[in-house]
Parts: sequence; C-alpha cells; structure tokens
Amino acid sequence: MTLDRRGFLAATVATAASLSAPAVLADGHGKPRVVVIGGGAGGATAARYIARDSKGAIDVTLVEPTRSYFTCFFSNLYIGGFTELDDIGHTYGTLAAKYAINVVHDWAVDVDRSARTVSLAGGAVLPYDKLILSPGIDFVEDAVPGWSLAAQNAMPHAYKAGSQSELLKAQIMAMPQGGRFAMVAPPNPFRCPPGPYERISMVAHVLKQINPTAKILLIDPKEKYSKQALFEEGWDRHYPGMIERLGPDFGGETVSVDPAAMTVDIDGTVEKVDVCNVIPAQQAGRIAHLAGVTDGRWAPVNAADMSSKADPDVHVLGDAAAQGDMPKSGFAANSQAKVCAMAVRGALTGSKVFPAKFTNTCWSLIAPEDGVKVGATYEATEDRIAKVDGFISDTGEDAVTRRATYEESVGWYAGITADMFS
Amino acid sequence: MARRSPLTLGLAAILAAGLAQAEPVGDAARGDTAFRDCSGCHQIGSGAADGIGPHLNGIFGRRAGAHEGFPYSASMTRAGVDGLTWDFRTLDAYIENPRALVSKTRMSYRGMKDAQARADLIAFLRRFSDNPSNIPEAAPTARGTDHAVAPEILAIQGDPDYGEYLSSECVSCHQVDGSANGIPSITQWPEEDFVVAMHAYKNRLRPHPVMQMMAGRLADEEIAALAAYFKALE
Repeated sequence: MTLDRRGFLAATVATAASLSAPAVLADGHGKPRVVVIGGGAGGATAARYIARDSKGAIDVTLVEPTRSYFTCFFSNLYIGGFTELDDIGHTYGTLAAKYAINVVHDWAVDVDRSARTVSLAGGAVLPYDKLILSPGIDFVEDAVPGWSLAAQNAMPHAYKAGSQSELLKAQIMAMPQGGRFAMVAPPNPFRCPPGPYERISMVAHVLKQINPTAKILLIDPKEKYSKQALFEEGWDRHYPGMIERLGPDFGGETVSVDPAAMTVDIDGTVEKVDVCNVIPAQQAGRIAHLAGVTDGRWAPVNAADMSSKADPDVHVLGDAAAQGDMPKSGFAANSQAKVCAMAVRGALTGSKVFPAKFTNTCWSLIAPEDGVKVGATYEATEDRIAKVDGFISDTGEDAVTRRATYEESVGWYAGITADMFS
Repeated sequence: MARRSPLTLGLAAILAAGLAQAEPVGDAARGDTAFRDCSGCHQIGSGAADGIGPHLNGIFGRRAGAHEGFPYSASMTRAGVDGLTWDFRTLDAYIENPRALVSKTRMSYRGMKDAQARADLIAFLRRFSDNPSNIPEAAPTARGTDHAVAPEILAIQGDPDYGEYLSSECVSCHQVDGSANGIPSITQWPEEDFVVAMHAYKNRLRPHPVMQMMAGRLADEEIAALAAYFKALE
C-alpha cells in the first residue's frame, strides 16, 4: 500500500474537528498572542512547542515567578543523595534566546476572561488570544489541622521542589540517632501518586547509612497507593523493620499536627517526632481559581485539546486540570502540553491538527539501582482522557532489570528536561 | 558428540501441561544439516567452546547476552537487560532476521527466510538445552510464524510532517540530538530498521514494556511516518 501525503493526511485528520480556518482576530493587533502561566512540565513545554512550531507567527509570553525552576520529579532523588539540587534546577534563557519566547518572571494575580487579559503582581497587564494555565498545585487550607504555610519551616512539605527540598534534607541529616521521621501523606488526587512512597524509600536509604536505628512513620489516609506491592516488597528487602505505615484503619485519616511541639496527633494518640514531612491535600494552583475555570478543587478540561470546560480560549494543563484517567505527573503534563500546543496553533494559524494521544510513565527509585515503573497510554474521549493500555513493573524482578529501569529513568529525565527547556 | 533425546523432556512437559499431543517443532536431523550455516562461528554439543560466536549449549531459557565471558554487542546486552530470553519464538524471529530483534547485533548473518528450515534448526538446537521452555514440544503455543514485516508495510512512504507530530511522544524520553544515556538514540536510523524494530515491539517480540505499549497503538502509516521523520533529523 502506498499513500501519497495529501491523501494520507486527509484520512488522518478526517475525524479531527478543529482543522479550520485561522481564527479572526478582530481587535486589530498584529500576531496572535498566547500567554502561558507556569513554567513547569506543562507550561514550559507548551510555550516551547508553540513558539518553535509556529516559527514566529505567534507571540508567546511565559509567566513564571522563579528564575531557577526546580523539577519536582527527581527531587526525591536529591533527598536520597542520588543527584545534586543544582542538577534539577533549570533556567529559561534558551526559551527566550532560541525561540523568542517573552519570559516574564512575575506572579499572575488575576485573569479577566471577558477582556482576555492577565494581570501581574508587578502591575503589567498582558492581553491574550489564548491563555494556557499550568500553575501546578496549591495546598488546601486546614487539610491537616495545625499545619499551614506559616509552619512549613518546622514541618516542610517539600512538594514544590527547591528550598523546601533542601530544608527537608537538612532536617533528615540532623535527626538525632534513633530519632523518628514522620510523613503525613495526602489524600487522592494529588501530584505524583508514587511520590510520597518514593520519598519514604529515599529517606530510609539516607537513614540506613547515617542513622540506622532511626524509624519512619508513614501516616496515610488512603487504603491503597501507587505501586504499593513494589514499594512494600522493596522496603522489606532494603529497610526491614524501619518503616511503619498507619493506614485509615489505624487513624491515618484523622491526623493533626502541632509544629511548635513537633507532635502528631493520630486519632487521639500523640506522637513526638524529630522530622515531620506534611504533604497536605491539594488543589489547582490559585490562578486557576482566580480565573474562574475551576469546579471544586480542579479545572475541568476537554480531552481533545485541554481547553477549559468554562472557556474555549483558556487551556489548563498538568496537575491543575481535571482531565480523567491520567495521573498528575510531569510526564503527563508534558504529554498534555503537546496536544494543547498543536490545538492552539491550529486555532490561531490554521496549522494541521491531529487526533490527541497521551502517554505517561512514572519511574520510582526504591534503593540504589532498584528502580520500578508504571505507565499507560491514553486517548481523548467525549467526556475525559481515557486509559487505553498500561503496564507496571513486576515484583520479584531481578537486579539487572531494576538497574536498567533506574538507568532508563535517568535517561528520561535528560529527555523530558530537554523537551521543556532546550 | 553426546546428544540428549528431546523425547523424554518433551513428554514430561506435555503431561505436566495436561495436553494430549503437541506438534513437533521440526526435524532435528534436517536441522543438523542446516546448522552448517551457523557452525563457522558457533559450536554446539559436548566440549563446545566460544568462538566467533558464543557456544549454543543450553541456549533455551538463557537471557540474551548473558553467557558469561562472551563479548556481546551493546545492543545484545541491552536486549537481554530489557528481558529478551531465548525460546522458540524469539530464536525463530532472530534467526529469520537478526536485526529485527537486535538492531546492532554483531552476528553478521543475513537471516534464514524459510520457516520450515528454521523450525528444523531450532529442533536441532533444542537437543542441547536441558531446560527448553516455550517451544512447541514443551508448550504448543507459538509455532513458527512469519516474523518478516510484510513488503507492503515496508513500502509505505512515511509522511515526515505527521512523523514530527507523532514524535512528540517519543522525545519525552529519546533525545532528538542523539544523546543516549539510559535510553537509546533513535535519530537517523535507516527507515527499514526503524519500521522492523517498531513492528517487533508491536508484536511483543522485543521485550521492553514501554516500547511494546507505545508501538502497540501505532498504525502502520504512523510507524512509517516516524521512521521518515527520525531518519531525516540532522
């Protein structure tokens, strides 16, 4: 069978609805304008793909408060001593220099969807034709009674990477011999489903080296969690007797903390701990709420192009979006960003739009050279992003496979960060 | 040469599996003749040693690239690490077209196209493995099939523009600049190699679970498009 290109493309896009004439831009300005809020796996990827592939036909502004962005993925490996903090920090110079993206280091504080403008904390107002929100997560207030952002130094969350990761690591290194580390794990849904459990593994790995009589208390409101069999097998093998998990049957749902006293109250039982990592319940980053595109904690989107169900000119990517079956992960945000970038270019310049495809893989490190992974492919359906196929590492895999999985995760980190920033 | 009879082993496995009969894999005597294609590099039987290629005693059930002391290609080692194990199905595919299974194998053999000849050869090889698994006498599942990618699929002219769009899924892991650190480079592969390799993942001959999943949902035209795109990358 041979297909000429025109015939093949026609067949391919026959079902894609948005192959249409360029949007008419009525207010007389020049090039169409895209504003992207948030420079993580969703936002940086979307900005890069739109600017790169539109070859100057679209003005792209990326609003990101931090000049040095630390990826949440691999920040547990920093805590475990497998990477330096500098190695997970990235800057936006290449996006500005190579793709002429207007990188603005500021906070977006308001969105006026009828005027199609974004206000920044510094006072600037950015007009847009398409707005892409990729703000990540914020914590739900009072999710863990006694904890608030004001207490994040005493009890770090370390669930936005950077100074918090550094703080938590320093506290772990300074724990008294035989001391106790506690984690309050979040309820579903939350960023990086295996993240808390990979972190427990990394903390155990550090303590095994420098503080082998220390104990780890994992307080978890969930019955089950991601890669549970793999983590439990790994903990038994590498850190026997060190980790205790209290699920909902043992008070894991009814937890409050006292950061001044460094105590955790688990359903009436008060425990003194030396380090307490509180990862509260989560919601879409604040700007998504201010923009009025959230329904409850998250922003519902259409699967075909990641556009908000509240506004076709606003797209929401990554952790902040309620999209269906994909987990909240950097890989997923990067995958969604490419679908969104294609749709936005199609709408603004008439470029080809192909059917959406999504992928996710999450690697986790349990101990040195003991990596595991879970992944799936997804497609856009009428009501959500729906899982098509998936896989997960097996328990009992040999050391060769586990080492290869770890090495693969290192390769993936290089790949995805190049796809975001280079 | 001491050759072990396959009959006892085969029967035991068949009885264990509760199966009434199994189709014999091939004619080991004819396979002995076919092995002349291999014997320039591979030894087999009592006293066999490694030569240009590794000896082939006990090949069934052995992980690819795992025979101690033999200097395998990086490609073969990686295939083994990914989980490639020699059984009827994988040997059949490898003998038919070595590169389909292991892209940069050092085995400079063009491949044996005739399915019956391969079955005969595998029946012969099998006599020198104590623990053959997943071959027709042991578990009558994967009788030799045609592992070659059909000529009409190879003839599809891939659309590099479509490939560029599809490639956004690949480049979350594989770097376009060709760096290969933990994840191999897929840039500038010959198109046919790319297509053959992707179909081998799609058919679950190549073992990597992520790649099986990714290739599994790509249509023939999409694989051709990706091959065209990655071939043309600078």
